[in-house]
Amino acid sequence: MSTQTKVDKILAGHAFAKRDKIIPILQEIQEAEGYISQNAVVKVSRHLSMPASKIYGVATFYNQFRFKARGKYHIMVCRGTACHVKGSLSALRLVEDCLKIKAGDTTRDGLFSIEVVVCMGACGLAPVISLNGECHAKVTPEKLKNLVEELKLKETK
Amino acid sequence: MLNIEVNGKAVQANQGETILQVLTRQGIKVPTLCHLPGLAPSGACRMCVVEVEGAPSLIPSCSYPAADGMKIKTNTPQILSARKAIVELLLSNHPQDCLYCIRGGDCDLQRLAKQHGIRNRVFSGERVRREKDTSSPSIVRDPEKCILCGKCVRVCEEVQNVSAIDFIHRGNKTVIGTAYNQGLNVSSCINCGQCVLVCPTAALSEKSHVNDVLKVLSAPGKYVVVQHAPAVSVSIAEEFNYKPGTDIDGKMTAALRKVGFKKVFDTSFTADLTIMEEGSELVKRATGGGVLPMFTSCSPGWIKFVEQFYPEFIPNLSTCKSPQQMMGALIKSFFAEREKIDPANIVSVSIMPCTAKKFECGRPEMGRNSHSDVDYVLTTREFAELLRITGVDPSVLEPETPDTPFGERSSAGKMFGASGGVMEAAVRSAYFLITGGEMPKYTIQELRGMKGSKELRVKAGKIELGAAVVSGLGAARKLMEEIKAGRSDLQFIEVMTCPGGCINGGGQPLRADIEAVKARMNTLHQIDKDAPLRVSHKNTQVKRLYEEFLGAPLGHKSHELLHTHYNKRDVLA
Ligand code: SF4
Ligand code: SF4
Ligand code: SF4
Ligand code: FES
Repeated sequence: MSTQTKVDKILAGHAFAKRDKIIPILQEIQEAEGYISQNAVVKVSRHLSMPASKIYGVATFYNQFRFKARGKYHIMVCRGTACHVKGSLSALRLVEDCLKIKAGDTTRDGLFSIEVVVCMGACGLAPVISLNGECHAKVTPEKLKNLVEELKLKETK
Repeated sequence: MLNIEVNGKAVQANQGETILQVLTRQGIKVPTLCHLPGLAPSGACRMCVVEVEGAPSLIPSCSYPAADGMKIKTNTPQILSARKAIVELLLSNHPQDCLYCIRGGDCDLQRLAKQHGIRNRVFSGERVRREKDTSSPSIVRDPEKCILCGKCVRVCEEVQNVSAIDFIHRGNKTVIGTAYNQGLNVSSCINCGQCVLVCPTAALSEKSHVNDVLKVLSAPGKYVVVQHAPAVSVSIAEEFNYKPGTDIDGKMTAALRKVGFKKVFDTSFTADLTIMEEGSELVKRATGGGVLPMFTSCSPGWIKFVEQFYPEFIPNLSTCKSPQQMMGALIKSFFAEREKIDPANIVSVSIMPCTAKKFECGRPEMGRNSHSDVDYVLTTREFAELLRITGVDPSVLEPETPDTPFGERSSAGKMFGASGGVMEAAVRSAYFLITGGEMPKYTIQELRGMKGSKELRVKAGKIELGAAVVSGLGAARKLMEEIKAGRSDLQFIEVMTCPGGCINGGGQPLRADIEAVKARMNTLHQIDKDAPLRVSHKNTQVKRLYEEFLGAPLGHKSHELLHTHYNKRDVLA
């Protein structure tokens, strides 16, 4: 199914929706496509008869929405309290430096993306990151760096 | 009637009034940053705080209603230090390059800092670094200078019903931006500049062409001519400390010559010409089964609005170019031939009350043989800057008159500068076109004034027309929705993008309140009252233009030079 029809289908499921449905609609779109594309913003705007600027404004207000397609390797760094105490900020900075992108972004080759999440519910294993949904516990800068470099290497082969 | 006390003095207030309204009436100037008279208060900036006895904290006067028995203080040390702290905080991440800033010397933030005696940097935050958006032909956005007062967002939404911009992100990452942070040029922005008029800082400004014009004025071999719009002569004076509503038409013409323009033309001349073309078009549509209602097409913001939001109504737009573009087309055809100048060497400048005119002159259909009809548009504000740079003071000059062959104008053409003016001019001449006679009384009071929407039924001989006048695109959208829903009693509709018309255009002097705008409007009506020539169809130079060059209204030459077409436009909206 092409991406366009996915959004269309979601909107069709909200046939007479008003502006109060904006969040559930955006959530469904993100669920289906992994992010909120410009095209999706325009479509939601037409569907709800709301200006696109407003849709984008509302969407960017919440941390949960992404505006770039995820990379092939999607790294989520937990910034919850426990992970913070255990040094997740340096973990995040390290990943950002390795990939030369910021949280919320995707590398230009589409391989990597980083996302900050607030708690993965694995506080006992802090600090945690997840790679494509797979949890990596008690990460050290060392471990993280190796992980990323390995993936990079794999892709250049 | 409410009895309240202001700084120990008994004062009366009306039910429902805000404290700010009462204080303003009392001549007490309370500083505001986010307040927009006429719109619902937002209470975002807290600059307007006052003390109300018994209240637990300071009260924002712009959004708080006056109540009976209230005891208000406006200048206690606590109030002053709260206000000062707000300004200090706003400055904490501000670029503070007033010396190089387009609003330096004319900036609300700067004024407030001075007013509150801020002499040193109290809070030092990280200076904001954000890229300028220079993508639009009309408006420059400089988010580094933005203090997030939100006025632009509200004007764009509540007055213009465009909503090209909104608050994006949140907390200390908040910025004002378009959908997906794209350039304003691909957004739904219609270039009206109403946001520029309300912005307290340099975060919004017009795209300046002052330097380009200065350059061509001294370029060898260039023949630089200028036209000025009807609303400019009644507003430019404010930039030179005259009181609002002063008309300095003649002095302004003299000043333009001093600056170095070879010819000075009054766009009111082509406003008269527009009436001949548009009036004929209306009569033709009304009697020949054409598409009705017909909408006026002289306001470029409105045109873009239709192209992007109501493309199904494009056939309803008059095909007439705007007076600016008609003048431009004539300058590089008729005038060039007559004066034996190669149009390639003519630089055609126009002085407009409008930022959208910059967009209009760059539209690909607005020119011929790779010459644009108009090369540069300066707003009224930029014109004032040009005069200051060149050291020309209009106030000391003797009035002069515009140049031939476009040297005459009717007051009907001059009234294009105010909402209702195009309609009034059109009705006067349509009456003549239909009946062959003159209206018993020219003034049409119903079409005048600042109201966003005005209507009138016009009878001329056997023809009766429903006429509507709207200004501000919020009002226009309302009418469009009525028509979409089946309303069919209207045949001719004048739309001006800015509330009140060009006198309140986005390129006009800043800090004009509603009274100043009204004064500009009244002056245009006074000019009409006193004018010897009050109808476009009697303009002898327009007649001569038809005899010598154009032929007849809607004729072949007119079509080639004075008419155009519009297309559906896809924008990010
Ligand atoms: S916006 Fe105002 S305060 Fe800011 S740099 Fe410009 S003039 Fe100065
Ligand atoms: S110029 Fe007009 S349409 Fe564009 S952002 Fe400003 S107010 Fe909105
Ligand atoms: S751009 Fe100007 S009007 Fe808009 S929020 Fe910023 S400071 Fe206020
Ligand atoms: S002017 Fe009252 S809160 Fe901004």
